[in-house]
Amino acid sequence: MRRLSWFNATSLTIGFAFLYMPMIILVVYSFNESKLVTVWAGFSTKWYGELFRNEAFLDAAWVTLRVAVFSSTLATILGTAAAYVLVRGGKFFGKTLFSGMIYAPLVMPDVILGLSLLLLFIAVGLDRGMLTIILAHTTFAMCYVAVVVSSRLVSFDRSLEEAALDLGCTPWDAFRSVTLPIIAPAVVSGWLLGFTLSLDDLVIASFTSGPSSTTLPIKIFSAVRLGVSPEINALSSILIGFVTIGVITFSISTKRAVVRRKREENAVM
Amino acid sequence: MAEPNSKPNTTVFAPWTDPDAVPLIRFRNVTKRFGDFTAIDDLTLDIYEREFFALLGPSGCGKTTMMRMLAGFENPTEGRIEIGGQDMANVPPNLRAVNMMFQSYALFPHLSVYDNIAFGLKRSDMPKEQIPDRVNEMLRLTRLERFAKRKPHQISGGQRQRVALARSLAKAPKLLLLDEPLGALDKKLREETQFELMDIQEKTGTTFVIVTHDQEEAMTVASRVAVMDAGVIKQVDTPPAIYETPNSVYVADFIGDVNLIEGTAAKTGEHAYEITYAEGVDPIKVTECEHEIAEGAKVTFAIRPEKIVVTQDPPEDRANAMQGKIIDIGYLGNLSTYHVELPGGQMVKATMTNASRISRRDYTWEDTVWLGFRSSAGVVLSE
Ligand SMILES: Nc1ncnc2c1ncn2[C@@H]1O[C@H](COP(=O)(O)OP(=O)(O)OP(=O)(O)O)[C@@H](O)[C@H]1O
Ligand SMILES: [Mg+2]
Repeated sequence: MRRLSWFNATSLTIGFAFLYMPMIILVVYSFNESKLVTVWAGFSTKWYGELFRNEAFLDAAWVTLRVAVFSSTLATILGTAAAYVLVRGGKFFGKTLFSGMIYAPLVMPDVILGLSLLLLFIAVGLDRGMLTIILAHTTFAMCYVAVVVSSRLVSFDRSLEEAALDLGCTPWDAFRSVTLPIIAPAVVSGWLLGFTLSLDDLVIASFTSGPSSTTLPIKIFSAVRLGVSPEINALSSILIGFVTIGVITFSISTKRAVVRRKREENAVM
Repeated sequence: MAEPNSKPNTTVFAPWTDPDAVPLIRFRNVTKRFGDFTAIDDLTLDIYEREFFALLGPSGCGKTTMMRMLAGFENPTEGRIEIGGQDMANVPPNLRAVNMMFQSYALFPHLSVYDNIAFGLKRSDMPKEQIPDRVNEMLRLTRLERFAKRKPHQISGGQRQRVALARSLAKAPKLLLLDEPLGALDKKLREETQFELMDIQEKTGTTFVIVTHDQEEAMTVASRVAVMDAGVIKQVDTPPAIYETPNSVYVADFIGDVNLIEGTAAKTGEHAYEITYAEGVDPIKVTECEHEIAEGAKVTFAIRPEKIVVTQDPPEDRANAMQGKIIDIGYLGNLSTYHVELPGGQMVKATMTNASRISRRDYTWEDTVWLGFRSSAGVVLSE
């Protein structure tokens, strides 16, 4: 390993301090004995205990988890289907437009996305609750899934599907027994990405949630407005843990898949 | 002359000469365009059951495209393709009794060698308990028993090619399309596999359409050979006929080694002509020329190097004799190729077997020798 120069080491330290200092402080203070957030009074895990006795938070956590699982699953199915059609569907009218439009929600401000969904739900008379949050999260997560999966499909050797058809598969059977197993790592990555995005979304959820269903980020946000409590710190620390695990798994699985694919393709080509 | 390939069976296999024979595959004025580019140009062709039909042609001439239309991955832009009397226009690949071995092999990377071969069988009406036997038979045939459990990326290029071959053979289809099936195999294994293929064909009666870049291979295995150029079939014939009586300069030049001598034709009798190719030398005498040639037409005389003998003295038993100077000798072990320059500057290649040791030969570089050949040894081409 090469040692970093003095300059590089400093920039790295400052950069990472900037990124992670707030989170480290948050995690450290979640183990604070004192109720006052700014005064350190010794180590304790009592706020975590407190948190697990707080019904409102537990409810919100349960809602958030279900929303994340359902919406990312739904988004994975829809996003994979969309990617498949856009990459494999041959030429059809408006294909370029559709391919471009799939990216639009990625760059659209959350506020606008949330607001438009809210208007839609009101227009069709759908009561706001968990269902509407799931639908909203599915909407934006499926774009991410479509992008991840279609980039995999582009590099996928078409003749494998043809070989499957040639050997007697129906198109659906060919997709299920050849295409899907090969693109599975990308699909799983897409799911994890959707799951993580749904977990920490505040803006869209606050537009589309109802009084009966509050997600954790909304709960935290409203609790903080009444003053930061160590309990919130504890909760946020747990969330950070979850998201970190999600992101790490996502990147490891993507990286692994890329490495394996390189190896297989080098070998097969 | 147009004898079919020497097959061990007694009755001659030549359904294309039988006007009542019904072809298995019919291309009827098939054109395939990709955008403005014409990959196949107005192709009409019949291929008969039990044939071993070889497609030869330079890279990009449309061989794979023809195969893909038969397998059902491409639709003809114009014209129609029939297999077994049925118009194939709207029949999807999975409903065609056709299997294809892909040029790129297209092995399933997530499945083992065994499962790759079993893939098609599992989707056929073969009873489940017979599948392992069939797969093992295929593994034995292609000598892959030891690799059954490996994934495609864990075996060599030649082994992969054999897996692809085994996979396409497993279902014993009515029509098998092989796109350069043996290119990655070493010479010995390739020859064995060629005989294996011919054997399979004898046993199962499968019709083979095979693309190859190896002329020797086409000559060995094929009942008929089609020579293609830029989307057009230039000639379809049995291997001996393609070799001995090419119908154009293109085919003569594409198949094997050939001397092309340009000149003007003059009729001297029934099926007999004289070709004048240079001033002050005897014209080339040609007999047994089956097609009519206009008086004074510009033609090309084509003759294979092995049909020319090189001698020190003028040959007496050959109708044609020309004198020239040896410019180069290519030594190939069993054969030597002599590059001889004729007085007009025309270069002629002649191949002789090395019956005696090279040091005992009477002539060498810069020597003047005689070239002799029979009047029926070459062909006159006007195209
Ligand atoms: N999908 C396609 N779109 C556009 N052009 C194509 C397509 N497929 C083939 N071609 C063109 O059609 C021509 C014939 O291609 P084909 O693959 O049939 O060649 P080939 O005879 O099999 O060559 P090779 O011996 O190199 O395999 C080529 O010039 C190729 O570029
Ligand atoms: Mg090809």
